[in-house]
Amino acid sequence: MNTATTIPSESQASSSKMLVAMVGIGTLCALLIALVYEGTFDRIAHLRAEALEAAVFRVLPGTSTTIVFALTSSGTFELAEEGADRVVYAGYNDQGALTGVAVEAAGQGYAGIINILVGYDPATETVVGFYVLQSNETPGLGDKIEKDEKFLANFSGLDVSLENSQLKNRVVPVKSGTKANPWEVEAITGATISSRAIAEIIDTGVGEMIPLIHKHQQVFQKMN
Amino acid sequence: MAAQDDIRTAGTDNMSTDTFIKGLWKENPVFVQVLGMCPVLAVSNTAENALAMGLATTFVLVMSNMLVSSLRNFIPKQVRIASYILIIATFVTIIDYAIQAISVELHKSLGAFISLIVVNCLILSRAEAFASKNGVIASLLDALGMGFGFVIGLFSLGAVREILGNGTFFGMGLFPNGFQSWIVMILPAGGFFTLALWLLLFNIWKEKRKPA
Repeated sequence: MNTATTIPSESQASSSKMLVAMVGIGTLCALLIALVYEGTFDRIAHLRAEALEAAVFRVLPGTSTTIVFALTSSGTFELAEEGADRVVYAGYNDQGALTGVAVEAAGQGYAGIINILVGYDPATETVVGFYVLQSNETPGLGDKIEKDEKFLANFSGLDVSLENSQLKNRVVPVKSGTKANPWEVEAITGATISSRAIAEIIDTGVGEMIPLIHKHQQVFQKMN
Repeated sequence: MAAQDDIRTAGTDNMSTDTFIKGLWKENPVFVQVLGMCPVLAVSNTAENALAMGLATTFVLVMSNMLVSSLRNFIPKQVRIASYILIIATFVTIIDYAIQAISVELHKSLGAFISLIVVNCLILSRAEAFASKNGVIASLLDALGMGFGFVIGLFSLGAVREILGNGTFFGMGLFPNGFQSWIVMILPAGGFFTLALWLLLFNIWKEKRKPA
């Protein structure tokens, strides 16, 4: 009963054959990926830029043209050059009047970094639009921050007025159904962490840019 | 001679139909083999996600099955699993780029799950159990059958979960206002409940059909 069972040895392939097979398949796969990457690169970059531009129009209602500005190291804004990193997007309507400034911001969500675009109107000192550029939030739960109508309604007329170059009232998340003030963000039931993350990103990330934009709003005005 | 040829072609025809059909029904990857449960439970919360995920998996399955099958005499036994994983990962990367190039929106809703196709044991099991032993055409049919079987499985879960959990189907509202959606159906637990329900139905049906 205890006789050791010998495993029937399969025909052993030589090491060199294994090496050739692995290297061969590896090279083939690398080549395929490189080809597809090259083939889709332009289209993906184009779609990304298109999505960002569409998002700018989305968060600034009534916009017909946009101009990109870059934040300088001295805290002022100037026309952005190619490849500038800290940029904002100013939107103008048909008459050439400023409709608002779109700001990109990012922060930690429930699963990974959330990237958002927020439209700010310096004239009324409110947030006028909001769009999620990229997130890995749980599909069906956390990703409701992108489409839940009630949640998105928070961001038309969200109060971000200033006092002493700071937000007068910090943007805070509140439980669903308890929103009482225009600076509160009503959270989604079942997506509390993601909702809270959005309020935080607006409070810190966008809140940092808002005083600068408000201070230099004439820079945006005189562009047309 | 001619008659013999006829019989042979008829035989192969039957065999290839079988190869294709078995994945849809008799050996359905979700309901019978219970393979690839990670995406089945995770991405079946809406009908749209389920369909897109199923199709992406089918693409990877078809391409990797064909490549594995055409290289089957070249890959030594000892390194076959490593080779299969390499091939599968390549096609997952390709479909990831392809989806990005098709639509940013679609990639946004599937993004996190695309890369998980690499570890879907359905694809590896088809490479090991079928493609490494059969010809390219048979492997293609096998992959298509299994792939569509997987789509059917995912879709039947996704539809039930979206309707009950969200009150919608492909994003369209189905119920009048006031429908209290069953949030649990969208949560992971709902995936298990729905899967159990489908498995139960499937098994009852199989029992009934069994000749006494």
